Amino acid sequence: MNDVSAKTQAIRVDLQLIADMVEPGSRVLDVGCEEGTLLDYLGRFKRVDGRGIELSMAGVRAAVAHGLSVIQGDADTDLKDYPTGAFDYVILSQTLQATRDPRGVLLHMLRIGRRGIVSFPNFGYWRVRHHLLLKGRMPVTTTIPYGWYDTPNIHFCTIRDFRLLCVELDIQIERALSLDGKGRVRSDRGGPFDNLLGEQGMFLLKRG
Amino acid sequence: MSASHGLGAASVVLPGSRFELGADAPLRLDCGVEIAPVTIAYQTHGRLNEARSNAILVCHAISGDQYVAGTHPVTGKPGWWQQVVGPGRVLDTDRYFLICANVLGGCMGTTGPREINPATGQPWGHNFPVITVADMMRLQVRLLDHLGIEQLFCVIGGSMGGMQVLELAAHHPERVFTAVPIATAARHSAQNIAFNEVGRQAIMADPEWSEGDYLARGRNPDRGLAVARMAAHITYLSAQALHRKFGRNLQSRDHVTYGFDADFAVESYLRHQGSSFVERFDANSYLYLTRAMDYFDLAADHGGSLAAAFKGTPVRFCVISFTSDWLFPTRESRAVVHALNAVAANVSFVEVESDKGHDAFLLDEPEFHATLSGFLDGAAEHRGLPRKTST
Repeated sequence: MNDVSAKTQAIRVDLQLIADMVEPGSRVLDVGCEEGTLLDYLGRFKRVDGRGIELSMAGVRAAVAHGLSVIQGDADTDLKDYPTGAFDYVILSQTLQATRDPRGVLLHMLRIGRRGIVSFPNFGYWRVRHHLLLKGRMPVTTTIPYGWYDTPNIHFCTIRDFRLLCVELDIQIERALSLDGKGRVRSDRGGPFDNLLGEQGMFLLKRG
Repeated sequence: MSASHGLGAASVVLPGSRFELGADAPLRLDCGVEIAPVTIAYQTHGRLNEARSNAILVCHAISGDQYVAGTHPVTGKPGWWQQVVGPGRVLDTDRYFLICANVLGGCMGTTGPREINPATGQPWGHNFPVITVADMMRLQVRLLDHLGIEQLFCVIGGSMGGMQVLELAAHHPERVFTAVPIATAARHSAQNIAFNEVGRQAIMADPEWSEGDYLARGRNPDRGLAVARMAAHITYLSAQALHRKFGRNLQSRDHVTYGFDADFAVESYLRHQGSSFVERFDANSYLYLTRAMDYFDLAADHGGSLAAAFKGTPVRFCVISFTSDWLFPTRESRAVVHALNAVAANVSFVEVESDKGHDAFLLDEPEFHATLSGFLDGAAEHRGLPRKTST
């Protein structure tokens, strides 16, 4: 199947990167799927059997009204219901940092799915460090656009932190990308400067 | 009052179709009794396609019947789901073949306590066997067999209709492509059983009820049934909706009368609900249907595990609840969703924002209709049904 010719529908660059990691015809659970843009794309262009969980009712309604299989639910409480190995991929796109128990969510993710795909804003990015170091203020950047008082992001981490957690949880990193502010690939080799220069981290994970 | 109004047995010729299970094909009920012959009265809308793949079974709630759309033959009012059913509507009769049958134990032509027991030549009355939601679906499955429909495109219904949806999907998954349980639960809660008991006691406390034998005696427990309906009707609304609609407004008067007339508009409204209900509903039928709902507990049939009821299900589900529904609150729907997740079923779940209470599923709720429409369109695509021709 020639995926490239089918890509007539433009989706956000970082979502496209995730979509490219997913094998055609697989089973996918998108946790924090918002209005289901990625699921819709995967269904149309990769014949994926996709499901979604979304916290916001507005997102769920839009997704279901669009014909997608999405439920209103919470990553922190609802992942435990799913049986082990039910999906080929579980995706957490810009969601992990908003969960109460990222560690538990990661463990469930790789219990339910054979593989996991995670993306998150990198708190080790140099502009973030600059904000704290020179201005002495909580950072506000394109990937972290909220004020400290109204942010849904309650568990920030750096790319290095995330890697260390993966080691601790015996999670294998199959691919590591660092992205710029627009979601474009800055590096796809998981190099030593990712933590300083990447605005977002994106990982393809596997049970160790 | 007497039984001479709308529902005096068979006093109105009910339009629509009928199918009879003969004496050679009795219906075996959960209570162990076999009944035959059994009649099921139903209405259809639209046309069954050649592949017989576009059928939708609509399951009605306790006070509903097979007249989903068009003019009701007894009340002269529009069908109970007129908002949803029709050409170009959500349940588009240009695309789908709709079937809606009066449930077993009902009082619109299907075998129930109001109908004649062939063994005695008298109305069944209180001698009708106690039925369950599963019994209702056993009969409807026989109707599907008769119509030559192996697999429904969709089974859909709210409240008691939603219980029928869950029952069919759980026990006859091969007969269902999609299931849409709305404002319902996989088991009746203690609070709901309690409300039903109030209704039943109101009916049975009416001397006209005559130990359930009122039809044979030419009587009718109108007052008891009206009170049952009034109490139930409150549970279908929300405090907010009642306040918005009536507040403390007085009924065609400027001052309270220091008496027990319907001073308040809300009282007058409820009395009207009660008195119009008895024109079209049978009191014994009300007893039997409330009992069937009370007995409904899908998990109990599967060792207490609701997930086990859906193990390996190929059915695509769309579970819908309403924020202000306190009779079948969202947590009941969520319990169904959790059970479906536990077996990795294909499920969508939406809680629609509405202040109209349980009855929201019968009303003009654009967000609900948009959700339903989107789900059905998506499912139709998977089922290989043609797209909507125009919008």
